[in-house]
Amino acid sequence: MPSYDQLILPYSSSDADREEGRMIEELIARSQKPIPDPDQWLAGVDHGNIVLTTVDQVLGWARSKSLWPMLFGLACCAFEMMAAAGNRWDISRFGMEIFRPSPRQADMMIVAGTLTWKMAPAVRRLYDQMAEPKWVLAMGACAISGGTFSESYSVVPGVNRIIPVDVYVPGCPPRPEGLYHGLMELHKKIQRGDSLKGKLHLPRLD
Amino acid sequence: MGLKALAGPDVANKIEKRFPGAIVEIQPAGIVVKSQSAADVMRFLKESPDLDFNYLNSVTAADYFDYFEVVYHLTSMSRKHTFCVKTRAFGRENPTVPSVTHLWQGADLQEREVYDLMGIRFSGHPNLKRIALWEGFKGHPLRRDYL
Repeated sequence: MPSYDQLILPYSSSDADREEGRMIEELIARSQKPIPDPDQWLAGVDHGNIVLTTVDQVLGWARSKSLWPMLFGLACCAFEMMAAAGNRWDISRFGMEIFRPSPRQADMMIVAGTLTWKMAPAVRRLYDQMAEPKWVLAMGACAISGGTFSESYSVVPGVNRIIPVDVYVPGCPPRPEGLYHGLMELHKKIQRGDSLKGKLHLPRLD
Repeated sequence: MGLKALAGPDVANKIEKRFPGAIVEIQPAGIVVKSQSAADVMRFLKESPDLDFNYLNSVTAADYFDYFEVVYHLTSMSRKHTFCVKTRAFGRENPTVPSVTHLWQGADLQEREVYDLMGIRFSGHPNLKRIALWEGFKGHPLRRDYL
């Protein structure tokens, strides 16, 4: 067996650590206020052009029937998300069973759990890598507002500091039924067909 | 099966014979050793055949304002017994204890965590830098005077 000194240990370089620290500090500085929710759909948007509206509605219907979620769980809410994907609650009833491990193939992001500042650049990068149109569902108290940890030194007080959120599902953690309610609301929102309007352009995170 | 927790005085006798004056305090289920001799005592605990502590359960630390206490929980897989060793680091600016990564590789990440959250330095650690927080974070948040 090689001695401890001979082992090649997977240490990250100090340069990478400093770069990460700089990125997190920059993100904290930029995230002092929440990003406004893209909730123009609540007002009942009338598109005016009857043909376009119909096309939008068809597109929205198609999109809402096969939403592919992004596969990641940050904390304990992920277990309720897994339960929702399992055979008892069976997310495939809604065409959503394909949890994609790549942001390029996903339509929506379920932020399931506590988001720490250390993780925040990664979540932001995943969001940026998802193709338009894309939606975000904040699942659980921590994702909504930081929850119990909202005044902590290391937890983002709500993922809407980092990325715009479409639907909030309260609970600690929310049961799969709660998550489904949020998903149904998101489906309604997508069927309104105004997903591409009023999209925020977030500043680049270099 | 079942692990036996060794009594502090029994182990203290063995250490006292080998390293006179290394022990600061004897507790029912553990000992407190001087940080200067902590590395030698830990090597002795690992390498002496009748103790044979070949597994380090955890490295953690506590802040008592006057000093920091680093706590090591040890287990012997062959002898089926456990023990608890503590050592104290003084000073708020630069408290230092010796690293045990050369004895138990599992101490690597845990010592980094203690350094990150408590600000205790482990001399001889090959890669002592923050692990849970990021470079540039101010302070050490598990210290009792952090807020």
